[in-house]
Amino acid sequence: MKKLFAQAYIWVLLVLLYAPIVFIAIFSFTEARTLGNWTGFSLELYKHIFTGGVNGGASLMAAIKNTLVIALVAAAFSTLLGTVSAIGIYNLKGRKKKTIQFLNNIPMINPDVITGVSLFLLFVFLHFSQGYLTVILAHISFCTPYVVLSVMPKLGQMNPNIYEAALDLGATPSLALRKVLIPQLRPGMLSGFILAFTMSLDDFAVTFFTRGTIGLETLSTYIYADARKGGLTPELRPLMTLIFTIILILLVIMNVRQAKTNKK
Amino acid sequence: MSDKNIIIDIEHLSKSFGDHQVLKDISLYIRKGEFVTLLGPSGCGKTTLLRMIAGFLQPDEGTIMMEWDSKGGKTEFRDVAGIPPHQRPLNTVFQRYALFPHLDVYDNIAFGLKLQGVPKDEIDTRVRKVLKLVSMSDYEDRDVESLSGGQQQRVAIARAIVNRPKVLLLDEPLAALDLKMRQDMQIELKEMHQKLGITFIYVTHDQSEALTLSDTVVVMNEGKIQQIGTPIDIYNEPVNSFVADFIGESNILNGTMVHDRKVNFIGHDFECVDEGFGENNPVDVVIRPEDVYLGYELEGAQFSGTVKSCVFKGVHYEMYVETDSGNELQIQDYDAFEPGRTVQMLIHPDDIQVMKKERVENVIDCKVIDETHIEMFGEEFECAPISGNVESGIPAKARIQFSKVDLMDHEEEGNASGEVWFILYKGNHYHLTVKTESGEYVYVDTNDIWDKGDLVGIKILPEDITVETVDEQEK
Amino acid sequence: MSKRSNWAIPYLIFLVLFVVLPLVLIVVYALQDGNGNFTLSNVTRFFTDSDALSTFAVSVEVAIENTLICLLLGYPAAYILADKNLNKSAVTVILFILPMWINALMRTLATAELFNVFGFTLGKGTLLFGMVYDYLPFMIYPIYNVLLKMDKSYAEAASDLGATPVQVFGKVTLPLSMPGIFSGILMVFMPTVSTFAISEFLTNNKIKLFGTIIQENINSSMWNYGAALSLIMLVIIGLTTILLGGDEREVEGGTI
Repeated sequence: MKKLFAQAYIWVLLVLLYAPIVFIAIFSFTEARTLGNWTGFSLELYKHIFTGGVNGGASLMAAIKNTLVIALVAAAFSTLLGTVSAIGIYNLKGRKKKTIQFLNNIPMINPDVITGVSLFLLFVFLHFSQGYLTVILAHISFCTPYVVLSVMPKLGQMNPNIYEAALDLGATPSLALRKVLIPQLRPGMLSGFILAFTMSLDDFAVTFFTRGTIGLETLSTYIYADARKGGLTPELRPLMTLIFTIILILLVIMNVRQAKTNKK
Repeated sequence: MSDKNIIIDIEHLSKSFGDHQVLKDISLYIRKGEFVTLLGPSGCGKTTLLRMIAGFLQPDEGTIMMEWDSKGGKTEFRDVAGIPPHQRPLNTVFQRYALFPHLDVYDNIAFGLKLQGVPKDEIDTRVRKVLKLVSMSDYEDRDVESLSGGQQQRVAIARAIVNRPKVLLLDEPLAALDLKMRQDMQIELKEMHQKLGITFIYVTHDQSEALTLSDTVVVMNEGKIQQIGTPIDIYNEPVNSFVADFIGESNILNGTMVHDRKVNFIGHDFECVDEGFGENNPVDVVIRPEDVYLGYELEGAQFSGTVKSCVFKGVHYEMYVETDSGNELQIQDYDAFEPGRTVQMLIHPDDIQVMKKERVENVIDCKVIDETHIEMFGEEFECAPISGNVESGIPAKARIQFSKVDLMDHEEEGNASGEVWFILYKGNHYHLTVKTESGEYVYVDTNDIWDKGDLVGIKILPEDITVETVDEQEK
Repeated sequence: MSKRSNWAIPYLIFLVLFVVLPLVLIVVYALQDGNGNFTLSNVTRFFTDSDALSTFAVSVEVAIENTLICLLLGYPAAYILADKNLNKSAVTVILFILPMWINALMRTLATAELFNVFGFTLGKGTLLFGMVYDYLPFMIYPIYNVLLKMDKSYAEAASDLGATPVQVFGKVTLPLSMPGIFSGILMVFMPTVSTFAISEFLTNNKIKLFGTIIQENINSSMWNYGAALSLIMLVIIGLTTILLGGDEREVEGGTI
């Protein structure tokens, strides 16, 4: 039956898609250095994540820490900047609006290599020494557009009379903003924040070009340097498994909550 | 089929979605060339029925027989269950038009013809002809998204009729248009029907639209057919209070049939034209607001009352009058009568429509728990002592008068809970249909004002519940 | 709310500084030699450097192949996922989206390792396989979204007018899902052309892609040539975007 064929197709694709991940996950629970060797169940590798990596100069934990800090800071700033800007853009009209929207879209369309190279040249030009600050600035520049794009629809869906109603009932403009406007935009701000956070976590090329030579490593650059030395170091297996599990749980939670609100 | 004029014959059609039965044993036939309207409130099953005729849904039970041109050139009657929509000789005009956004007007209309392999110049001729019919001749190359609602509607109709279907199905096609546009389109549709001569099956919830357009109206409610007839029949002679209330404005009152051609209501005897309702039997009486004649002094007046309100409605005045018996009547007249003043009124025998009462009291299936307790609506109720065979668990019927059912503001105050489903004003009280949480219906007479959808508690005093076990009934 | 349009001004400044200026700098560096003099030599050098040209050709070729394979595999998957009759599970959809959120490098490395373990030699085949593996979800997601939101009455209308299920797909569903297809192509083709680390891992450095040579040049302080190569890539990207209508691009992973 058509349904059977369709289900089979999907499952074949899913198996292929997850084979590497599952494979890595299985072998994260053993101590063998070479992938494919099973020397018995062990959580050694998981412990190793916390005690240090193989790469000289920066430990794996430091890289993870950097990645998270950069992502949080960049996402926070992007959300702030993005929300304020979305409100501004929403109130623009005509050519001005189209121009700034076009500019806003560029970082999303540009391949990360180009963004990385162009920002690299920028910091050279401005004689900015490259390190933490430049990476965060770079991340903010490519994350903010996603926040703008998440908040704009909420502005569009919002009843424009709500703000006026607040004023009519005696609120000052700033109070109306805080108590009425922002709550309406909150879902967009939240999804924008999550998106910005993800984009930052996932980034490789931009960080690669803007981190300078002080030895700043994020997870992506750590993996890159590590892999060039000879393939996947064993510690990366449990890391990948953990990341995969966390994301899976998060996605499931998000969708269960969505389904619950849909049922109401 | 003996009657060569029938084009679709539907027998005992039923359909459920999950445990909700949407169509219950529907049977009707449709004659060639007719304009038939399926009329009813949302949820009555009319769209489901239409979609089954079109082929987008399959019935659970029953048959749909259609006139079919078989390959030899012969015409036969065939059960279309299992035949997919693209093979049926019908076309549908969808509620939101469903015009293909990636094709222009011409290609939308030509879509069906191209699939049939019609040669190009014939397509050209037919498309142009049908565009002319719907007054959209200059719009061939237009992008469909640039058209107004009314224009899209015409293209949708053109796209359907260019295929020369035997039957045209229209699913509330005018619902998305504003009033003026709707009225204009109604006239055009009627003209189109007369010109084309094909059978139209039309679905709407708007009763005035149904009365304007149709040759035959099929009134539906809750999955059942309530009445089939011409617009005039349905309007003047509704068979039950649902139809009377749904079609036009009406006063629906409790009455008693004294004997043939004489009925008593609002405290007076009236001559009427109905017979066969027996003697001294309770009936429902329908009076249209425009059929009550009033005057400050009226020759031949039958009763009097006080004007409560008078509102100008453009064509006539709409007044509410409290009669000398305490009933409220809605009356329409070309003249205004001052609120507060006394008026005299009369009603002609022809204008009184007597209807059989569907029920005179609640008769509810229940289960016996013991001599003084039953399980009804899924809850336990105390009742009047039961005579006869009292065994726990046996089925029985509980009889409760309409006026003895109490509705409480809070669900916990009653023995069972439910939702106000339907409100019928009966002149001096409201006759409510309440749907219980267990999915059953209980009927209530009350003077309290409730809104449709209100959640209520159902309370009935034990002495008002009379229980008859099954063998008691058979006596 | 009128004065609030001023709120966009800080962002405008920010964008000019961090988006426009950097791109301008790419052009500037591309057209300069090491001493700051205007020259076209960097650009012309690309067209005479056979290595660079062949790398470019290989990149475009791989990108096209990758996009086609993703489209051929991904469209049916998206169709099945969006059809309530064929797929009743929301979890299956999540499973397809999930990989998009895992670090791309990690996923690629995992694939490369797997090839190693099974003894496949790394080369063109593994590169393509790895690319498809990486980018398939990005093709499926926009197509799935478009198909999901498509008004069912179009398919019904087509059927009503006489189209068989195959014809309904070909004449109505497929054309109307084009925006999703374009989105998917955009999200797959461009990153593939510009990627650099992924090809290294999947081919053990045997095949270089365009992104890699940009990176190599920048890292070895050949900024001018690197910028010129970036400029050429920008032009390609710009052309592709215009052809495929870049404004329609849906934000990946937006709201699930």
